[in-house]
Parts: sequence; C-alpha cells; structure tokens
Amino acid sequence: MTAPGSKPETVDQLIDHKLTAPLVAVRRSFFARYPLVVIASLMILAIALVAIFAPLVATVDPLQLRPTLRLKPPAVEPPFGTDLFGRDVWSRTVYGARISLVIGISAAVLSIAIGLLIGVFAGYIRWLDAIVMRIMDGLMAIPAVLLAVALASLNKGAANPILIVIIAITIPEIPRVVRLVRAVVLSVRQEPYVEAAISVGTPLVKLLWRHVLPNCVPPLIVQATYICASAMLTEAILSFLGAGTPPEIPSWGNMMAEGRGVFRVAPWIVLFPGIVLALTILSVNILGDGLRDRLDPKIAKRM
Amino acid sequence: MTLSRRELLAGAAAVAGAAALAPAPAKAAKGVLRVVPHANLQVLDPIFTTGYISRNHGYMIYDTLLALDDKLTAQPQMVSNVEVSADKQKYVFTLRDGLSWHDDTAVTGADCAASLIRWSKRDGMGQRLFSLVDKCEADGANKIVLTLKRPYGLVLDSIGKISSNVAFMMPKRFAEVSADTQLKPDQQIGSGPFKFATGEWRPGAVAVYLKNAAYKPRAEPVSSAAGGKIAKVDRVEWLTMPDATTAMNALMSGEIDYYEQVPIDLVPVLASAPGVKLEVLDTLGSTGMLRFNHLAKPTDNVLVRRAIAKAVNQADVLKGVIGDPKYYKVCNSVYPCGSPSEASDGVDFMKFNLDDAKALLKEAKYNGEKVVILQPTDIPNSNGFALFVADAARKIGVNVELQAMDWSTVLARRAKKEQVDQGGWNMFPTWWIGGDLVSPATQIALSGAGDAAWVGWANDPTMEKLRAAYSDETDPAKQKQIAGQVQARAFEQAYQTYVGQFFVPVGYRDNVKGMIPSPVQFFWNMEA
Amino acid sequence: MLRFILKRVLATIPVMVVVASLVFLMLRLTPGDPAVVIAGDLATPEQVARIRAELGLDQPVLTQFLTWFFQLLRGNLGTSIFTNLPVTTLIGQRLEPTLMLSLSTILFSVVFGVTLGTLAAWKSGTWIDRVIMVLAVIGFSMPVFVVGYILIFAFAGQDRLFPVQGYVSPFADPVGFLKAITLPTIALSAIYLAHVTRITRASVLEVLGEDYVRTARAKGQIERKVLFRHALKNAAVPIVTVVGLGVALLFGGAVVTETVFNIPGLGRLVLDAILRRDYPIIQGLIIFFAFVFVLLNLLIDIAYTLLDPRIRY
Repeated sequence: MTAPGSKPETVDQLIDHKLTAPLVAVRRSFFARYPLVVIASLMILAIALVAIFAPLVATVDPLQLRPTLRLKPPAVEPPFGTDLFGRDVWSRTVYGARISLVIGISAAVLSIAIGLLIGVFAGYIRWLDAIVMRIMDGLMAIPAVLLAVALASLNKGAANPILIVIIAITIPEIPRVVRLVRAVVLSVRQEPYVEAAISVGTPLVKLLWRHVLPNCVPPLIVQATYICASAMLTEAILSFLGAGTPPEIPSWGNMMAEGRGVFRVAPWIVLFPGIVLALTILSVNILGDGLRDRLDPKIAKRM
Repeated sequence: MTLSRRELLAGAAAVAGAAALAPAPAKAAKGVLRVVPHANLQVLDPIFTTGYISRNHGYMIYDTLLALDDKLTAQPQMVSNVEVSADKQKYVFTLRDGLSWHDDTAVTGADCAASLIRWSKRDGMGQRLFSLVDKCEADGANKIVLTLKRPYGLVLDSIGKISSNVAFMMPKRFAEVSADTQLKPDQQIGSGPFKFATGEWRPGAVAVYLKNAAYKPRAEPVSSAAGGKIAKVDRVEWLTMPDATTAMNALMSGEIDYYEQVPIDLVPVLASAPGVKLEVLDTLGSTGMLRFNHLAKPTDNVLVRRAIAKAVNQADVLKGVIGDPKYYKVCNSVYPCGSPSEASDGVDFMKFNLDDAKALLKEAKYNGEKVVILQPTDIPNSNGFALFVADAARKIGVNVELQAMDWSTVLARRAKKEQVDQGGWNMFPTWWIGGDLVSPATQIALSGAGDAAWVGWANDPTMEKLRAAYSDETDPAKQKQIAGQVQARAFEQAYQTYVGQFFVPVGYRDNVKGMIPSPVQFFWNMEA
Repeated sequence: MLRFILKRVLATIPVMVVVASLVFLMLRLTPGDPAVVIAGDLATPEQVARIRAELGLDQPVLTQFLTWFFQLLRGNLGTSIFTNLPVTTLIGQRLEPTLMLSLSTILFSVVFGVTLGTLAAWKSGTWIDRVIMVLAVIGFSMPVFVVGYILIFAFAGQDRLFPVQGYVSPFADPVGFLKAITLPTIALSAIYLAHVTRITRASVLEVLGEDYVRTARAKGQIERKVLFRHALKNAAVPIVTVVGLGVALLFGGAVVTETVFNIPGLGRLVLDAILRRDYPIIQGLIIFFAFVFVLLNLLIDIAYTLLDPRIRY
C-alpha cells in the first residue's frame, strides 16, 4: 500500500496514485501477472510492423479510384470490401495504421517534450509559475475535443494538414503534462540533497538534468502511452466531424467518416477500421496500465 | 430560354378574367409536413445571400411578381398583367387585387418597386437589368413602372428568374434596408403562402412555417413556380439533420415525412423500405463542374485548361461519385441536357480523349508546375468530383496537389487572385442546379468580364460581346444560336470542366402527395 | 473557510480571462472569412468588403478584441453573424438537450460506475474484478460514434423501443424523453463510465486497506455494512472530483453524440458555427463551456473542504 499521510499534490496525481493500487500482491512471472499486457504489446508490435511494411501488406494502391468497383462487400477479394470510390478498404486500413501511429506517437512525444520544458521551468521559476499555470488552467477549462476540432478545422487547407492535426491534438494534452512535471519538480526541490546542491551553487541546468529529470521520466512514459491512445481516438473524432486528416491520406478516422453516410448500405467501411482502431487503442491503454505498474516509483518502492 | 411577350400578356389577361370570375377555394389544409431540407437554414435574407436554402426559405414566405412555369417561361404571379410600350422601353406591372403582407397591410406598388431595387443591388441579372433602368417607381397603389434607357431582351426573364437571387417582394420598410445588411429574424414578413414562425426558429435544428390563411392563390394550376400556390398543410417543419444516415433512418421510421435530397448511395435502402417512395422532381438535374482559375499559373494557359478538361471522362466521374446510372447523365453541353437550351457547339474541345489531352499538355509546354485543387470535404459530391478530376489530371502527367478543407475555407481561398505558391488556387469543384445554368445570362460561370467575372476571372472580351448580344436579342431563335456560340467559346477557352449531370431524388412517406416538379423545392400544393 | 472560498473564487477570474484571450486569438489567427461565406456564391469582392465592414471585421484585431471583451464583461456574447440572433438566445435554445444528456450520462455513469467499481474492489483479485477492469479499459478505448452507430443499428428504428434520432423534452413528454435519451446516454457513457469505475475501485480498495476499516472488519462487522459505511463514504471525495473533471470530457463527447443522434444541443451548435466561421458563436460557446467547467470545479473544491476537513489548501 502507499505510504499513509502522503497527500497528493494535484488531482491528476491523486487519480494516478489511486489507480496504482495493485491487482494482486503476489509476485509471479511477468506473463502470468500481466497476460493482457503481453498480448497488447504483441498487438502493438504487429500493427507497427504492418505500418512499416504497408506497401508489402497492402494488395492494391490505397488511393486507386475504381468507379466500377464501388461499395463491393467483403469477399476473398477484396478482403475488407471497397469504399464509396471503389478504393480497397483492406489496403486503406493497412496504410491507415501509419497515420494513426504517426499521429499517436507524434502527439505523445510533442506534448511530453513541450510539457516537460514548460513544466520544469514553471516548477523552478516562481514568477513564471503563476503565469504559466493560469494559462494551463485556461487551456484545461476548454473541452479538449472542442479545442482540437476548432484548431484543426479552422486551419484546414494549410500546407501540411497532418501537422495541423498533430498540433491540434497536442495542444490540449500539454497542460496535463505540465502539471505532472511541475508537481514532480516541486516535490524534488524540497528534498535535502537538492537543497544541498543548490546551496553549493550547482548550475540550474545541471541540477535539472541530474536530479529533476530522472524523477520525471517514469510517470511521463506512462503518461505518453495514454496520450498516444487518446491522440488516436481524438484523430478519429476529428475526422468523424470533418476536421481530421485530409481524405487523400487514408486514416482510420477519415475512412470511418467517409463511410458513415452509407453505414446502412456498406457497414464494412466503418466497421473494419473502427474495430482495428478500437483494438489498437485498447492495446496501448493496456500497455499503459502495465507500464504504470512497473514504472511508478511508488510501486517500485513497494516491490 | 425565351419568352414571348405576346403569349405572356395574353395569358395574363385570360387569367385576370378567370380570377375575377371564380377564385379557386383553398383546399382545407390539414396536418404537419416534417421535412429534412438539403441544408441548414442560417441566413434568412434571400436577397442578401445566394444560398439555395435561403432561396427556398424566400419562396415559403415571399411571393414574386412573375414566376417561371415548367417550360421555364415567365408567367404572372403577383401581377395581373404587364403592359409593354411600343418602343419596348416602358414596362407597367399591375398587381392583382387582394394581396396583403403577413402583417395584414396591403401590398403596394411602392413596396414592390423598392423590393426590385434591393434585389438589383445583389443579383447579377438584376444588376445588368438595372444598369439599363432609368426609373423604377410606383404609379398609384397597385402599379410598378419600369422605364429603360434602351430596349433589353431579358426584362421579364430577370424579374421572373427562378433561382438565386430571386426577386422576392417585401414591404417597403424592409426593402429599403441596405442590401449589404441582412434582414433580421423579426423582419421576416412577406406575402407568400406561408408565414415564418420566428419564435420557433432554432437555427441548426428547426424552422417552422405556418399556413398564411389570407393568401389569395392564382386560379391556374400549379406549374413549377407559377400558378396557384395553395398551402395544403397548416404547418411545415424544416428539421436539420447533418447526418445522412440519421435522416434516412428517420424517414424509414416515419419520424419525418420528406427528405429533400437523398444521397444516391442510400437509394437502395430506401427503395426497399416499406412506406417510403423516391422520385426525381427536378428533371433539369444538377451539373457538377471544376472551375479553373484563369489567372494563376499554369491554368492561366488555355492549353493546360483544355488538356485537363479533355482528360476528364464524365462517365467515370459520375459512376464513381454518383454510382447508380439511373441518377446521372453524361452531358456535353454547358446548358442542362434535356432543357430547351442544350447545345452541341464546340464539344470537340472538351470530349474525353487521353491522347489528345497529353498532346495538348505537350503543346502547352507544361513543365510539371503544381496544379492546386481545393477539395471541400464537407460537401460529398464536390469532394468526389475533386478526387476524380485530380485522378484524371494525374493520368496525363499533371502535378496535382489536392488541398482538403471545408467549404467555408474554399469560399475564402477561391477569392485569392495570387499565384498558387502565395495561397492561390487552380481549380475547385462545385455544382449548380440546372435552373441556374439554362442561359448565358443566368450561368455566371460563363462570364468573361475579367475582374467582374465569377471567381476564376476569365478575361474574354469575345465572350462578353456574345453575352451582350444574347441579352439584347429579342428573337428566340437567334438567342438560341448565340447561346450555342457562347458554349463553343466556353469550351474552346475551357472556362471550367463540366463533370456531368446528376439527379438527386427526394424521399417521402407514401402519405405525402402534391410535389411540384421543378428545379426548386416548393412546399405549397403538398399534402401530408 | 470563507477566506478560502473567496480566494478560490477570485482565482477563477484570471482563468476566464486567459480562456477569452486564447479563444479570440485562435479564431482571428486562422484562415477563413465569414463575410465571404455569408455573401454566397455570386458576391463580388466589393460586396464582400462592404459586408466585412458592416460586421466590423475590417477593424484592427486589438480593437475587435477590446470591443468584444467589454461586451463580454457585461454578459453580452454578441450576435451570430449568420442568423442575426443573440448568442445568448441561441445558447438558451440549445441548453436543455445538452444539459439533459449530460445529467443522464453522469447519473448513469455514477450509478453503474460506483456499483461496478465497488464490486470490483470488494471482489478484488477475483475474475469478477478482472472482467470489470477489462470492460473498463474497453469502454475507455471505444470511439463514441462507433458505439452510437452500433446501438442505432441494433436497437433503434420503426417498431422498436427506441427512436433513431432526435430529442424530446421531458417537460412535454416524459416517456418520449426517456426513449429518446437512452441510446445517446449509453453511447456517451462508455468512456465516462470506465473512468468512474476505475477511480471507484481504486479509492475503495485504498480505504479497505486503512486501519479503521481493518479494525471494523476484524471486529466482525458485516461486510456489506463496512463497505457502505466506511469504504464508500470515504471514497466519495475522489469520485466527486472525477465526476467534476470529467465534465470537460463529457462536453467533448456530447459534440459527437449530438451529431450521431441528431440532438439539437450546444455541441451541434458549436460544430455548425465552426464550419461557417460564425465567430461570435464559437467564442461564446467555448467561453460558456469553460465557465461551466470552472464553476463546477469551484463548487467541487468547496464541497471538498466541507466533506473532508483534513484537506486544506
């Protein structure tokens, strides 16, 4: 159990802290303890491989328009059927893995990087802290999906549409990271060895690098997986609402958006990418839960 | 499209007589008609905007002096007759008796003169007409007098035009509001067969129209926008449903009575649904096109434009975007095929031929410059047109860049005259109802007036001379001949690439009847 | 206590100012021009310019911001560019469906989430616990609209219990309301329910491990009584917090749910406005959502201190 009397700093931390309560206290082999985590990891690996080797896995050019083959149901060929413009749903799903992963990973990496930077400085520089945290509070007060939709759709037609989607998904995620990092920084600052380091005049950068960053890494890795999952979900929502990736680039989200109008006639256009999307997000979330159990320092202490 | 004044006047006189003898009693109205319209009604002022949904709203609550019948001929609607002076420079419109606004005041000539002037500030045909108008004023309570500087062939066609902007009549106090300011929700007073229930309007959700019991319909049978407009239901509700599947499900479960534009892909489901019927009311259909920018490189080069136009196979595009051959038609005319104005001049310039297209591109010394196509992803048909034309252009070696955006962004982007590397564009897709395309005067995409032309800015004095000749011509046969020359010129210069004609069916519950075949959706005469 | 509440209330002011500035900047720095959209297909550049001037969109951005901001302080959210109706009127028209959907979702999620979460904690380590937790992760991973369409496909339509679309006011027709709101509620609840279940399980589990609960158990008090009197009561604070924080999540999901089920609520209103660049509506609604969120969290914080005297800021 967690140490009694240690009051969580933020509500987020409180949640994280609560969710880490162990499922089973007995030590067993990793697979026996976390069969789902292992399966989920394999699933993610498989999707990553499919994404990387998409040209080999896809049967047809995912962009090829075939007016005579529109809305063909799934069969031996085409395995997942065809869409409104006769494009191959299987090949598009395969290529869609690329976009989903790229957006998920980019949004995770970007929001962690930016959030880390802002969080470390906010936690360290008093006068900056007040300003930054008010801005973060403001951002958090706006519903994330709404903010992302507004950002993405208002900037449609920009030179790099994927980048716009990534930015639109990243910005609402940043405040959470900032709060997490800031909380870690604040707690680390009070440790005697850090106070000692400050008193002997250790440069700020060195201080951050040596003492603060290592404490941030484990919770951030956990956070990154969750952001990755939520980014993939948000991309699908953006596309569903007509604000996501451009239709020329197949993504699970925009495939579903294009197919939803004919859901009753051709449900496969929505269902296949939908199922794959749900499975992927599920895998990433399970992996996140597993990582948290392994990496969270509080659990590490107990183990 | 032509209009014989003699016929019109004769008809008008006959009608006036008939109306005086036996005004047709309005059938006992009943029930509610629940409709999913083709778009979300947001702007209420049909003079201020050209949006089709605002125009349909206009037809509900306003009336028009003249109206087109199913042969696209102008017939009297609010007027009892039109007198034309011998020198064809003076038109006197006399209002029918008993017309009143929704606030129970009488319709006067002064109201209508002011309405014509407001309309002329916004509408293209209105602007052209009023550039020749010397005076537009009331004469007594029920006459409007239009004095021209010189004779003009399209006076009645302009005032009776069926699609945006329609010359709707409104009370003087609203007609005097600047045409650049939109009328407010509490200013929705017309003299049409329905009244707008302002208090019940929830933009994006529902708009409600109530039967105008005081409306005096004409005696003639209904014929497109002309004839007796009899409201046969007490209440028409326009329910906005942004999602086609939702609307389809609602029609199948009987939660709505009428679905104005059924996406063709949903037709098979609705066709087999019990209690649901499908029908194409607009026989002119709609025509899709990709407009070229005549200023931005490389589409400033007519050979590049023509090459891309020749690379487009309408049959492929239509098959791919519309799907069911029952609902589309390859059409090698700038005018709606099946309409009286359909022509065959100059089609060799646009007939599909990949080899010729490649040769043209070579002749143009095209060197791989980027061609930017704006792709409106929130308008399904336009989205598909962009996709297929891009595909066709790529097949002949054009370096196409599709830029996806919503329609609002397309509207903003297409106003930019810059080159493509500075935010400009080369092509964008759109579609028009046939009623907008029937003549060189109504089809704004045929203007070659440079900066004053439609976006894309074709600068073509030859074309402008032809179009002026068309407007001034009073002989229908000669008008048709000039219309043919306009088409040949438009194809030769590749103003835009036409991707074909399609017909969007309406879906309705089998208890609904009385739909009016027309390019525009009207709700009078309908019963639920 | 009063000083804390006052301090907490004052702290919301800078947040709202930040939200207002962010929203305004976001809209004005992006492409798209409502004047062009509103003028329609055939307008000339001169007409568009006149409309732009009429709407005040030709003013410098700072002037526009200050004008708007001072109006905002007076509670005036402006007038929709397209419909010419005040934004407050539009929000008023659309408030009920969104409010009802949110309330029913919170109710549904809390009732089932707390039950399932407590059950999982109570049966911690058993298959029941595992099944509930796996279901929670699945709920967390399902796109709202996929759930929505599957529900419509399976349960709605003619001759079935639920209508496929629309909203019925409970004040007009309570039975119709229940029928219309059920499927959207379930669709929107998926993520939220998973959230509440997880936090309940974790909180209850922690409380069950505390000394006084162990003592109570050791003293042979009935399990059920221990669970309800001690565990759930003390787990209430984090659960309430999650419910409050989740409102932002709920609003986001409502935008999608309202589209799928054609519910004329605030989500649809803002989505339409974004597509048309109706700036006053977008600004007004985001500020409205943020305000509700901030207010709710303010109330929760205050409730927090009342519920749990150990917590002080």
